[in-house]
Amino acid sequence: MLIIYAIAALGVIGLLFGLFLGVAARFFAVDTDPRVEAVKEELPGANCGACGYAGCANFAEAVVSGEAKVNGCIPGGDETSKAIAGLLGQEVGSSVQPVATVFCIGDSFKTSDKFIYDGVADCEVAGNFLGGFKTCSYGCLGYGNCVKACLFDAIKMGEHGLPVVDTEKCTGCGLCANACPRTIIKMLPRGDSGYLVLCNSHDRGKSVSKACEVGCIACKACVKVCPEEAIVMEDNLAVIDLEKCTDCGKCAEKCPPVTIYRRNAIPTEAQALAYAAEKSAESA
Amino acid sequence: MEKLLSIIFIYIFVENFVLQRFFGICPFLGVSRKMETAIGMSMAVVFVMTIATLVTWLLYNFILVPFNLTYLQIVTFILVIASLVQLVEIVLRKISPTLYQGLGIFLPLITTNCAVMAVALLAVRQEFSLLEAVVFAIAASIGFSLALIIMAGIRERLELAKMPDVLQGSAVTLVTAGILSLAFLGFKGMLTL
Repeated sequence: MLIIYAIAALGVIGLLFGLFLGVAARFFAVDTDPRVEAVKEELPGANCGACGYAGCANFAEAVVSGEAKVNGCIPGGDETSKAIAGLLGQEVGSSVQPVATVFCIGDSFKTSDKFIYDGVADCEVAGNFLGGFKTCSYGCLGYGNCVKACLFDAIKMGEHGLPVVDTEKCTGCGLCANACPRTIIKMLPRGDSGYLVLCNSHDRGKSVSKACEVGCIACKACVKVCPEEAIVMEDNLAVIDLEKCTDCGKCAEKCPPVTIYRRNAIPTEAQALAYAAEKSAESA
Repeated sequence: MEKLLSIIFIYIFVENFVLQRFFGICPFLGVSRKMETAIGMSMAVVFVMTIATLVTWLLYNFILVPFNLTYLQIVTFILVIASLVQLVEIVLRKISPTLYQGLGIFLPLITTNCAVMAVALLAVRQEFSLLEAVVFAIAASIGFSLALIIMAGIRERLELAKMPDVLQGSAVTLVTAGILSLAFLGFKGMLTL
């Protein structure tokens, strides 16, 4: 008898709740466009915000309503744009997937420090404290705000005190570039070709060479040697226009502190560590 | 009135659900990473706990007790909480999309929050009246929110601190939770029901 009561009671309660939920679901139904769900499925789902919307769901809604463009998802790249365009029956424009590039090669062995910083481990805080602990007030502080910002695990802090970008994992969303308080990271069109001045310092030549072995000292040697006139001086810093650069490499040969590198030959962490070992062997 | 006030004080501080009773440790550690999510979770918990306790109390006293089925309370309460969370989600989605988006994933997550279950069970075990049970649920959920928000505040600062590799992440979080619990031990014995 007891069992029957128990079964009946639970059964009835369960049934009532079920019915109630069913009715509520019908009564409070929200009309959703099935296309929004379908578009959301195609997105990477990292909610990085590179498209300018709060998350992938918001972007999906915006695309379906025609507010955003089908190629708005930067991390998703061409594949995602095509998939979304297919779903919505629209044409894809081209979407360029940029890549994060670190414009500083002044690792902890090639630069000098003003003082020993022992505060909060954050680039923003470290940079604001007496203008940063590095003698160069434009260089990378190495506390990895960019690393913390990356949602794709594509950037890590190397042992040499500079961030290392994994170009295969980088989706070009630009979160790291926004996170860097010194704007050292810039988003560039993907590719190996073209040369870059890997320095961010707008200081005069003399103070740069005091602070860093490899900083741009604004000697203008590269500007003079460039046959395409692709290099201009912007406030004591040489800047190469990648669109004009023909990959001849004359600027890199001429650069006295060797700040200019081809994009596929940017100094690696291993090279920096080897340099450090050599240096310490010399001094010993 | 006096009893209600002491219930509020006791279940926010003295018998804090997370730090003294150790209920709901999973969300306490899981969503205390950022202040924003901690506040979202807290709001959702206050909401669900209060409604769940109200319904379970009524169900217990008007159905389970008269039919001598009190041994079914756990399974009934699970049923109630699960469907209630679902209901709240459906209604909220229609009525207030902003709040729905704000609470986000935390709403369904509450189904598995043992603190909600504990409040429902304790409310009947302590033989509270309906009003007392609801006040108890509100106090307990505020206690939960308090612990969660304090934890989130500490963890946000810890993120920026330098610490040895072995301590980083979960290790230091657990140590913090332990110290926090010890701190709340200071309220012990201040008030009893």
